[in-house]
This record gives sequence, structure tokens and C-alpha cells, in this order.
Amino acid sequence: MSVSDNIIEISAMNFSREDRIIYNDINLNVPRGKVTAIMGPSGIGKTTLLRLIGGQITPSSGSIKFNDQELVNIDRKSLFKARRKMGMLFQSGAMFTELSVFDNVAFPIREHTKLPESIIRKIVLMKLEAVGLRGAADLFPSELSGGMARRAALARAIALDPDLIMYDEPFTGQDPISMGVIVRLIRELNDALGVTSIVVSHDVDEVLSIADYVYIVANKTVIASGTPEELRQETAPQIVQFMQGRPDGPVPFHFPSDDYKKELFNHGN
Amino acid sequence: MAISSIQQMGRNSLSVIAGLGRAAFMLVGALKPSGRGVKLLPLLIKQLYVVGVQSLIIIVVSGLFIGMVLSLQGYTILVGYGAEQSLGQMVSLSLLRELGPVVSALLFAGRAGSALTAEIGLMKATEQLSSLEMMAIDPLHQIVAPRFWAGVISLPLLAAIFSAVGIIGGHLVGVDWLGVDSGAFWSVMQSSVEWQEDIVNGAIKSIIFAIVVTWIALHKGYDAVPTSEGISKATTSTVVQSSLAILGLDFVLTVVMFGS
Repeated sequence: MSVSDNIIEISAMNFSREDRIIYNDINLNVPRGKVTAIMGPSGIGKTTLLRLIGGQITPSSGSIKFNDQELVNIDRKSLFKARRKMGMLFQSGAMFTELSVFDNVAFPIREHTKLPESIIRKIVLMKLEAVGLRGAADLFPSELSGGMARRAALARAIALDPDLIMYDEPFTGQDPISMGVIVRLIRELNDALGVTSIVVSHDVDEVLSIADYVYIVANKTVIASGTPEELRQETAPQIVQFMQGRPDGPVPFHFPSDDYKKELFNHGN
Repeated sequence: MAISSIQQMGRNSLSVIAGLGRAAFMLVGALKPSGRGVKLLPLLIKQLYVVGVQSLIIIVVSGLFIGMVLSLQGYTILVGYGAEQSLGQMVSLSLLRELGPVVSALLFAGRAGSALTAEIGLMKATEQLSSLEMMAIDPLHQIVAPRFWAGVISLPLLAAIFSAVGIIGGHLVGVDWLGVDSGAFWSVMQSSVEWQEDIVNGAIKSIIFAIVVTWIALHKGYDAVPTSEGISKATTSTVVQSSLAILGLDFVLTVVMFGS
């Protein structure tokens, strides 16, 4: 795979928060035009990875490249320019509560372009049509269901026609129908708009159904990667445990503790 | 025991200093020219409405009552010396020099400051600030700057309205109820209130309070731990710290302005 085939290249990156190491020497490439999934147990900093790619936090060392441009220690102006080519769907949707759905989607276009209002209107309606919410343009975020809010936020994330869309836990807390809608949308938008998608999630089945390439992140680094088929064949116990959702295995069910009997009967001594 | 309490003291002072540093960076970042002046004007106007106009009722009602109480208290003391004609002077000077700037700033901290903190804290908790950043829009310019200027413009005007309404309240009680001569009330006021000494100094006070209160409120929201507990703590400490800052600064400013 030649260099420019990857939209994101993370190499030898370390990141720690206060004294806790989150990522240790992680390498990860995101191929252009594909849906790449990043999976792993909760609390290992998958969202942090997206924030690192978005330049909201900086790694302690290593390199993160977006479109062959280094993002680590970049000046603010270039970073902001690079971000215009990224769309991010936050877990909560992060809609601006005081603006209508229409104005939310129009917001980045109004901020970053000098297009006349008549053209902005057409673009916004097209983006809303793509996520099936054209009829909800005049509603406010508080009037939307969770699934609709996420789709509206998705319309906003694609408003400026980004090269890369990052989805932070898009399936969490969704009913089966809106989950199915979002799964389909991610795939369709990726193929129709010719963008690259990164999906961070721990919903194994949904992710494997749409991803072209999957990274499993645990223990501060990538423990496995491959196409969904390759990962299904994987026999390493840690990966099998995660893919099949077994409670006990290399990732223990019990939080590290003293000996159980000792702690039960030793009180008072 | 002693060592651990000294350690704790050191940690606390460090975190206070770090907080001051973050607050300074926030303000500098917000006030730096962004090159999007025209786009920010509608945001400023909206915030002037939210922060300023919506604080009018509490300011007007409180001003009226403070003026009335001041007049009643002043009258009962002054009448003992046969000096009730000076009521206008007493009411107007108390309001312009002290009560106008101070009480309106305290009310502003409770009404608008706490709202600013909660609003920005909640924006942080719901990832709205992060999503602005990811859209390549600086939340300091988009969210913090308009609110800061709205606070700095609103509070001095609110303080002026507070004093004016207070004087009307004083007139209501002193002249219309207790029977002080209306002409004396106004003419004593006119001859005793100095432009520079009283009105300008009062305005300076209230501009300084406006900067401090708005700054504290915005910083507390921007720096809040994005959980429900964190936002409630931030809102409380906005009101507490603003109030203490107002009263402390008022003493310092009074010494500088009227001390000699």
C-alpha cells in the first residue's frame, strides 16, 4: 500500500494522561475510501484516539498524519484548515440546542463559506435528505429522538463535504431500528460521497457488518487487525473473548483484588 | 500530619495559580482579534439581550426597594438633627458611589453570572464546545467573546439604571410619603453630586466589577468538570467568588478613589 492510499497514518504514537499511559507505541493506518472500525473494550480511550486524530489533544510523542500532513505540533491555523476536511459525529450528537436542525446543518457552511443563503438552503436540504430528516428541518434538537439527533448531527458533520468522517460510538443507546438506519447510513454515505469513515465502537456485530478493515485496541496498543473475516478466524484467546463477548478470559471478570477468602475472614485482625 | 497539611497547602496554591493561568489564557484567546468581527455582531446582540435585558427586572425592583429603604432609614436619622432636607444628597451619594455599582454587580453575579457558567459548562458536557473545535471554529471566539463583551457592556448600564431607579424610590418615600420638600430634595442632590468624583468613579467601579464577574463566570463554565456535579460546583463557585471579589475590590477601589 503506497503512502497516499492512507488518509490517516499514526506511527509510534505515545499518549498518557497525567501518570496513566493510554497508548504505548501505537501504529495504525486508515485506508482511503474505506470504512475502518476501531474496536475495543470501554474505557481504553477509543474516543481519545479520535480526539488525537482531530488534533484536540496532542500525543506525548510519535506522529499522526492526515492527508500526508503531520498534525502533531502543527500551528493552529493549519490545524483548523485540516479540520475543515474532517467531520466528527460525537456520541451525544452535540447539536447546538439553541439552533433549529436546519441552522445546525447550515452553521459550518455559513461559518466557512461566503455562499449566498439560497445555495446554503439547497445544500442543507440535500444533506438532510441524505439522512432522511428533510421533514425535520424546522424542529429543534430537543424535539428529536436520540436516533434522529444523531442523524441530524451526521448531516451537520457532512455539511462541508469532508474527506474523513469520524463516528464516536454511533450505535450506543439506539433502538434496533435506528441502529439499523445508522449502520446503513454509514456504509451508504461512505460509498456515495467517496469519503473515508472511522467508526469507533464496541458493538461487535454491527461493526463487523459494515467495516472493511478492523483494528482491535486493548492494552494500550493494537492487539489485532484485519478484515472482519480474518478476525472471525482469529484464535488468540484475547480476541476470541472480545469478539464473542465472554465474561471471563484474558481480560478478567474480577477487578484486581486480594484473595477472596482472606478478605472475607480476615476482618478485625 | 504537619507535613501532609503543608503538602496539601502547596497543592492547593499550585492549583489556584494554575487556574489563574488558565483563566488568563482563556481571556487572551477570547479577546484576540479573530477576523470575523461582522459575524460575531449578531451573537453579541443576542447575548446583550440574554445577559443585560433579561437582568433588568431584578435590577429595577431591587433598585426601587433599596432606594426606598435608604430614604426611610436616612430620614429617621436626619430628622433628629433637623437635616431631613439633605435626604436627596444622602440617597444619591450612597447609590452612586457604593450601592449602585456593588449591589447591581452582586445581583448580576447571581442572575447572569451563574447562568453563563451553567450554560457554558453544559455546552462542554454535551460536547458542543468540542464539536465547534472540530468544525474549525474557535469556541473562545464563538462562545466566550460575545458573552464577555455583553457582560462588560451590560453591567455598567444596569448599575446606572439601578441608581436612577433607587433615587426615584428615595423620592417616593422621602418626598411623597414622609413630606420632605421636593425642590430641596432635588437641589441638594444637584449641588452635592460631582461629575468626576461621584458619577465617573461609580462608573469605573462598575466597569471593573463587570470585567471581574463576567470573567469569573466564563472561566468557571469553561473550566468546569463536565459532569452534573462539576457544573453545580462551578455555578456555586461563580457566585461565591464573584461576590467576594466584588466586595474586596470595592474596598480597594473606595480607598483609592475616596481615601485621601
